[in-house]
Formats: sequence, structure tokens, C-alpha cells
Amino acid sequence: MSQQKTTSQMTGAKMVVQALKDQGVEVVFGYPGGAVLPIYDELFQQNEIRHVLVRHEQGATHMAEGYARSTGKPGVVLVTSGPGATNAVTGITDALMDSIPMIVLSGQVPTFLIGTDGFQEADTVGITRPCTKNNWLVKDPDRLAETIHQAFHVATSGRPGPVLVDIPKDVQFAEGTYTPPQKAKVDHYQPRVKGDIDAITALVEMLEQAERPILYTGGGVINSGPAACQLLVELADATGIPVTSTLMGLGAYPASGKQWIGMLGMHGLYEANMAMHDCDLMINIGARFDDRITGRVNAFSPNSRKAHIDIDPSSINKVIRVDLPILGDVGHVLEDLLRIWKSRGRKTNAEGLVRWWKQIDEWKAVNCLAYKGSESIIKPQLALQRLEALTKGRDRYITTEVGQHQMWAAQYLNFDGPNRWMTSGGLGTMGYGLPASIGVQIAHPDALVINVAGEASWLMNMQEMGTAVQFRTPVKQFILNNERLGMVRQWQQLLHGERYSHSWSESLPDFVKLAEAFGCKGIRAEHPDELDDAIMAMLDYDGPVIFDCLVERHENCLPMIPSGNAHNDMLLPSDDVRGAIKGIGLTLV
Amino acid sequence: MSPLHIQQGSSKHSAYDLRDPHSEVIESHTLAVIVANEPGVLARVIGLFSGRGYNIESLTVAETDHKGHRSRITIVTKGTPAVIEQIKAQLGRIVPVHEVHDLTVEGASVERELALLKVEGKGEARIEALRLAEIFRANVVDSTLGSFVFEITGAPAKIDAFADLMRPLGLSELARTGVAALPRGGAMG
Repeated sequence: MSQQKTTSQMTGAKMVVQALKDQGVEVVFGYPGGAVLPIYDELFQQNEIRHVLVRHEQGATHMAEGYARSTGKPGVVLVTSGPGATNAVTGITDALMDSIPMIVLSGQVPTFLIGTDGFQEADTVGITRPCTKNNWLVKDPDRLAETIHQAFHVATSGRPGPVLVDIPKDVQFAEGTYTPPQKAKVDHYQPRVKGDIDAITALVEMLEQAERPILYTGGGVINSGPAACQLLVELADATGIPVTSTLMGLGAYPASGKQWIGMLGMHGLYEANMAMHDCDLMINIGARFDDRITGRVNAFSPNSRKAHIDIDPSSINKVIRVDLPILGDVGHVLEDLLRIWKSRGRKTNAEGLVRWWKQIDEWKAVNCLAYKGSESIIKPQLALQRLEALTKGRDRYITTEVGQHQMWAAQYLNFDGPNRWMTSGGLGTMGYGLPASIGVQIAHPDALVINVAGEASWLMNMQEMGTAVQFRTPVKQFILNNERLGMVRQWQQLLHGERYSHSWSESLPDFVKLAEAFGCKGIRAEHPDELDDAIMAMLDYDGPVIFDCLVERHENCLPMIPSGNAHNDMLLPSDDVRGAIKGIGLTLV
Repeated sequence: MSPLHIQQGSSKHSAYDLRDPHSEVIESHTLAVIVANEPGVLARVIGLFSGRGYNIESLTVAETDHKGHRSRITIVTKGTPAVIEQIKAQLGRIVPVHEVHDLTVEGASVERELALLKVEGKGEARIEALRLAEIFRANVVDSTLGSFVFEITGAPAKIDAFADLMRPLGLSELARTGVAALPRGGAMG
């Protein structure tokens, strides 16, 4: 007893490392600095936890996101005080918007200097309060371990999200008593996971009768876990209901599945958006009626009854008022839903579904992803189609930056499983993809990890190529280079009279030479004829590659629901896009 | 009731509450929010209101359970029924928030506020102020030859009325605590 007592006495810095070990953490993404030196000293003296040295703290947060999104485990970030913490803010906000479990540990100036504008002091808990699920400033070494365990619990329970623990330097040096995870108090925060059975039964009844039902799925299905995704597949396949998904939910239902009708939303497929508009029963599973999804709210799916399964009460009725809310974890709710549906005799409105699919097939025939090919210039769509074809069947993970290339990747790449698609959906963070791809590769060393990028986004965090080279992560940076801020340029064409205000980059770097400077491989493709060979060279190279794919500069990303329009009012590749955004849409983003 | 179990559209769960969830009518609601008494909780609650554009009409906060480390925040807010539901759900998901009660819909409640009013004047006005204070059951807690400080407790409307009467009589300073509220009858469900 007495011996146990003595072994649980340790410094705050040691507690941090011990707590991470006890939480099963294998890797930490971080950057040292004055206020975290004691923790770095402890990291130095052990071999269980791997530390990945980033080049900028924002990179650490996106790596942690990529790691978390591709494994289902929380990502861990370690940064110093002041600028270390403020640099992490973008990634923390990104994780909050996309519900990614992330634990950020930040150093802080010693407690006796807090409030004196000390060197590298910032009010980190104040700054990160609105962009974390919860955060803590720990002033008592005896509370440190318990707080870290609570942080893990909060980040991974309910709707996942980022948390931050701010640890003053004197607390890292001070001795205290270590609290193991089993003894940490977490009973207060226990979000409900089981859905209300009466509500689920009501949904089964609606589902049995619906003539034009649709499953509208989101990132919540993936967050709920592989079992939830399997249940979604079972539900869709057994009932014959079409499935569409948000950007965040891609892969939860396989793109090769029979019920799949493609992504919905602003750059979603025509058939998916038309089906959303014309359905009579919408079942939202772990999505949140984001404005990229709904288009004009008062014209959103006007004739449907809507059910919404979500673990977060605040998601329900926030944007779209639903008829049947079901609070709970997607996996638990789908399990009950399937059980009840089966026990009631597996009924569906078969006749209605036949007519519904006939209608959907007519919409599919519009072939909304068609584009005009070119003999001389690589179309970005072609580049992605070839990437898809040449990587098919491989153990593949895709990350993206933000913009046109991101939407094209979502349209032209297919995902047959969850956790394979990492993208910044809610916050739309340019610079996400490169570090995220490194985080994914760290978690899956033998997999093929490709960051589909635009050159402008990619430049925002290109310093992380140094991390990729140092840690031997063979990430492939597939840059669709149009020498433009493509999506900004597209919007300027759509609503600002083709006045391309500051949406092109002059003096771009030579990406092949840049690759060489970083100590990795650079490949350039300029002509459609050389595309396949170039992609194969990228795939065959055993190390990080920067792939500079020069593409059509003024290609538009279509189809598109212009902002302010309804789902059934889409711009198709055959339409004239000039001045397409009008009225209230002008003020929307 | 745990905040994470808040029933959406609580109107559905009461036979007596006939609020139309689609109504655009702005309602005033008094919320009792029981929180863990730890640093930053109040900032989180206030930040939620400012960050999401909700109104705070009145806010009071103090520790109410020292042993249990609980504080009680009483918030009077305004919004359409949909906004009020959203506010409650957003409050409910703040990690250190333990309970959220909408006293306006959960049954009858009592609301009280305390105010201190400094009234400066001489002669008739001074006598009139004292006479009115008696009618309103306000106490004199400080007096000089040229001023009184009155203490008054009551519903916010009563304090408004008293302050309006004092204004022409020499009201020079006013301090209000904001609303504290409790449900009538037994313990909250």
C-alpha cells in the first residue's frame, strides 16, 4: 500500500506522459518550446510514445485530425505556450466543425507569471474556449492526471471534438499524485447513446409506407464506427432505399453499393439533390443540415417528412425543423431500427420504390458529371478519373485541401469503406490536406496515402514536406495546378462579372525543384498523353512525391447549386454559368 | 433532468403548453442553468450567447452549493420558440453544465430581483420619495440630509415601476442584481 503510494508520486511532466500511455496513445504530433520543455524531457526518456516533430503547430493539429479520422482513435497534439497554442487554433476549430476527437496539450507560463504578459504568454484557455468542446487550465499537479483522463473522455464521448489542457510550466515540474484512468471522475459527462424506442418504431412505420424515401447520411455514421457503417449498409440494402451522403460521410455506404446515388449538396450529384428535393421521407443519419447541403432553406425538400438521428441535441431543429428527432448514437439507433423493422415483417412500399428508382434512374441519365474533354490540356476531372482507375483496389487513403479540387475529388473518386476520406468539410481549411496525409500515413505506414490538392491550398502548409521526409511517410501530393485560386475564380465568374480580383498566383514555385529541395521526388504532368505514366511513376516511388499536374486553368466545378437556389435548381455542365448567382444568393458564401 | 436528455420541442411533452413551434413571436424565457463551479464556466455560457447571436436580458450567477461545487446561473433571454429550444440545447451540451431548466415552460415560478436606488433631493420631492418607497415596501439602507439609498426587491416590472417614479424625484444612481428565479412548489423534476 505504502509502496503504491510512493510510485504514484511524480512530476507533472511525468504524469502527462504516463497519462498518455495509460490512454493508449501511440503517437503525439508536436513542436517543443520553452513552456513544454519538461514534458519533452520526459518524452525523451521513454520509447512507448512516438513523437512526430512538425514544422508548424497548425500542421500538428491537421496531422492529428488525419490520424484520428483514419483510425477512429483520438489525435494528440503537444504545443508550447503563446504562439504554439495560437498557431494550433485553426486546426482545433477545424476539428470542432468536423467533430474530430483531438486532445491538445499546451504549455503555459508558470502560474505565478499568468496575467503579467510574460514572454510567450497568451490566454490560451480564453482563446480556445469557443473552438473546443471543453478546455482546462491545470494549476494543481494533483489534478493534472485526472484532467487529462477527463479530456480524453470528453473528446471521444458523444459527438467527438477537440479539447485542450493548458499546463503551466511550474505544474510540470511540481510533484503530485498520479490518478490512473479508472479513478478519474467522468460520470457527469455521459451522453445518451440509445435512441427512444417509440421514436424508432415511429420511424419504422414511416419507412414501411414511404413511396420516395431517402437516407441522407453524414460524418456521424463514420464517427459512430465501422459497426454503424455496416448497419447502414444492411439497412439500405435490405430496404432498397437510396443512399446519399454529405462530404463528411463519404465511404460509410460504399460507392460501389447498389443503393448509392452519390454525394449531395452544393457540388453534389444532380440525382442526389433531385431525390432530396422530391422525396417523401428523408432520414437524416448523423448529418446536420449544413448550408452546403440544404441550399435555400425555405425551398428545402418541401414535401417530405423528415427524421433526424443525431447524438447532439443542438443539431436537431437548428436549421431544418424535423418531424421525428431521434437522439442517440447512430450505431445504437440503427441496430434498434433494423431489429424492429425485421420483427414487423421487413415491410417496404415495394411499388412506390420501383417508381422512385425509375425516377432516380432518369435523373442519373442526365449524366451530371460529364465534361468536355481535351486533347491538349489535362482536365482536372480526367486527372482524378485516371487517379481513381490507377489506384483501384489498393489500400488507399485520400486527403484533400479545400476548393475545386476537393469537390472534384469527392465527385470522381469512389470510397468503398469508412475512414478512407479525410477532408476539411465544416471549416474549409486550406492547408489541411498535406499535414492530414502525413497523420494518416503515420497511422497506416504501408497504405497508399494521397493528398489531392490545389497548388494554392498546398502552399499554405508546404513546410510540412519537411516532416514527411524526416519521418519517411511516403505521402503522394497530387496537386491539380491551375495557377488560380480556382473556387474563388469560379465565384468571381458566377457573380462578379468575371473580374478576377486577386485570384491567381504569380511566381509559383517550380514544384519539381521544390520537391528536390525537400529531398523527395517531383513529377510533372503537362499533357493528357503522359498522365498515366506520370501517375504510375508517383505510385511506384517509395517515398514522398510532389506531383505537379498542370490542368485547365478556367475549368468550373459543376454541377452546382448556386447559393440561394433550391436543390432542383442546379447549374449543369451544359448551362451558361455567368451571373448564375443572383438575389439573396449574392450575400451568401 | 440531465441537460443531455432535453426533449426537443418540449411543448410536445406537456398537455398544457400550446406553443406553436413555428411561431415567429419573440418570447421571454427564464432559464436556470446549474453548472460545475469551475473557472471559465461563466465565460463559456456568455460566449455561447454572444458567439451565436442570442440575447441576454438579465444574468445572475453565484455559487449555491459549496460542497457540491455547484453554481446557479439564471438567464433571462428572448427569442422565437425555435431559438429558445436551440439555446437550451446549446447550453445543455456545454460539458460543465449539469442541468438546464426552462422555468417559463416547466410550470409556475417566482422571479425576484433586488435593486439599490440613490435618490437625491430636498423638500417635497424628498418626502414624496420616502412616501412612495413605503408603498413599494422599499427600505432605506442609507441616508444623508440630501439623499436616500433605497433597497427594493420584487419582480423586474415592479422595480421598473419604482425606478420610473423615482426618476423625477432625483434618481441619480441605480444598481440591479438581475433576476433570480425558482420554480414554485416541490423540487424540480
